[in-house]
Amino acid sequence: MEIQLPNGLSFKTPTFPGRVVARAVLVIAALVVVFSSWFTIEPEEAGLVMRFGRYVRTVPPGLHLKLPRPIEAVVKVPVERQLKEEFGFRTESSAGSRTTYSQEDLSAESLMLTGDLNVAVVEWTAQYRVRDPYKYLFKVRSVQKTFRDMNETVMREVVGDRSVNEVLTVGRQEIAAEVEQRLQALCDQYENGIKVEQIVLQDVNPPDAVKPSFNEVNQAQQEREKLINQARADYNQIIPRAKGQAQQTIEQAEGFATDRVNRARGDAELFVKVHAAYQRAPEVTRRRMYLETMGEIYPKVKKKVVLDEKLKGILPLLPVAGAAEVKP
Amino acid sequence: VKEIRVTVAVIAAVLAIVVLSSSLYTVAETEQVIVTQFGKPVGKPITTPGLKVKMPFTQVVHAFEKRFMEWDGDPNQIPTKDKRFIWVDSYARWRITDPLLFFQRLRDERGAQSRLDDILDGETRNTIAKNELIDLVRSTNRPFVVADDVAELSQPEAAERVEHGREKLTKEVLENARRRTGDLGIEILDFRIKQINYVEAVRQEVYARMISERKRIAERYRSEGAGEAARIAGEKDRQLRVVESEAYRQAQEIRGKADAQAADIYAAAYNRDAEFYRFLKSMGTLRESIDPETTLILSTDSELLRYLSSAK
Repeated sequence: MEIQLPNGLSFKTPTFPGRVVARAVLVIAALVVVFSSWFTIEPEEAGLVMRFGRYVRTVPPGLHLKLPRPIEAVVKVPVERQLKEEFGFRTESSAGSRTTYSQEDLSAESLMLTGDLNVAVVEWTAQYRVRDPYKYLFKVRSVQKTFRDMNETVMREVVGDRSVNEVLTVGRQEIAAEVEQRLQALCDQYENGIKVEQIVLQDVNPPDAVKPSFNEVNQAQQEREKLINQARADYNQIIPRAKGQAQQTIEQAEGFATDRVNRARGDAELFVKVHAAYQRAPEVTRRRMYLETMGEIYPKVKKKVVLDEKLKGILPLLPVAGAAEVKP
Repeated sequence: VKEIRVTVAVIAAVLAIVVLSSSLYTVAETEQVIVTQFGKPVGKPITTPGLKVKMPFTQVVHAFEKRFMEWDGDPNQIPTKDKRFIWVDSYARWRITDPLLFFQRLRDERGAQSRLDDILDGETRNTIAKNELIDLVRSTNRPFVVADDVAELSQPEAAERVEHGREKLTKEVLENARRRTGDLGIEILDFRIKQINYVEAVRQEVYARMISERKRIAERYRSEGAGEAARIAGEKDRQLRVVESEAYRQAQEIRGKADAQAADIYAAAYNRDAEFYRFLKSMGTLRESIDPETTLILSTDSELLRYLSSAK
């Protein structure tokens, strides 16, 4: 074919015989058919095949064949992958060992009213899986956004039935469990094909403005413990010792008692023996004992005065050795 | 002649393709369609997916969403019955139940969303204005779990009873809204309150209240600590006295018993001969009491010196 251009030039397009063109078209068509007839499904995925828009089958991971476009099309859903939604915070990257969080203000998501009309800040993560890819794709539009809305609703329902004290302290475990269970029920009701794996409560805090006073309560609690512990320590320092000392007093008394009784017994025994001997010869023994005693005493005494009964009216002095000086 | 034949064949093929592509259409799994002919609906809405046939050129296909759709309300500032201003953010699930009616009444999704805005915002407002805040926040009258001895004094409003509860009130909104959407070809499946928050001014008040409440709790902890410490100190003093006096009592008792026993023993022995005992004891006492400083005055009459004057 010859083409005339306005400026006088002309050129010829190469002419192909009709058969060549037809062949080329056929080859290209064949290639398209072949390349759109197989597909692979990754290990964590499931493939849903649709024929003219109608769902026909689900295929497991591996290499699969299908009818070429536009007859059949495949949608892949990651059914085995654990998916995660974060509320009140966003993980920006967890590359390496350090996780960074977005600085964005997400308090609207995490600020909530408690059952006693106080305010708490609750951050949590919902981990879930696509259990039923058919429902996931074909029952609910914007599944992810819906799921987020559901999370916020259920969390607030559960927190709304608890006091702020409960939310911040003992209720954590229970809240997570109840949210999980209710959220699953809601997912089943909405038929979104989601299996809630776990609800993890992250930080649960009082609002920033109130935090210092909460810390003050903790501090006061510590203070209380400290005071009580000190008093107990004091108690423990004194009472066991006093008990020991009391025991000591009692033991000493016991000792005294034994001593006293034994001595009494000894003395009594001695008396009985001596008395027995005395009774055999009372006069002599008595005299002997008296004289013995005097014999013992007499040498000890330095100043001795002997009075003769018969020398009446005279007071004779008998100076004995060492008694020169007279004491008044 | 041959060229003409080829040309005719090509034209026929092109025509066939055009007609076919205009008379075949697919309905996706997520769609439902109605077919109109010059604006007039033809046949029933098609809700099953797959390859479908229609009249070429004259019939037009209108596709609508078959899945549940989201409705996300704008946060509204609404006063409750007890005159508290709160932000309410809600969401709803809805779907097109009658595509034809939907097409006639609302035309498209945008129309539907704005009608839902009107209906749901209005119903939300009505219900909230008729109820107290506590009824919107709580679902049940579940008693709060008391974590420690402090919770009982911390919550003045915990005593408020919930009359209906959040679940019942959102159901009420849903019922009322449903009644008004019946003739629109749509169905609201669920309505929920996503967020309730105090408006800024009220929030500051609530924070102030929370702070004062915490302060009260802290004070109570402190005074409890001091009280308990005093109690323990008192207990300590008492215990100390109990222990000491008990020991004293026991010791005295033991001593007393021993003394009594000793006295009995002595008495039993010495009673054999009281006179001899007196003699013996005097001898002993003499022996012990006389020391070198003592001056001994003796009469020659005495037993010892009897023989000093004469040997008889």
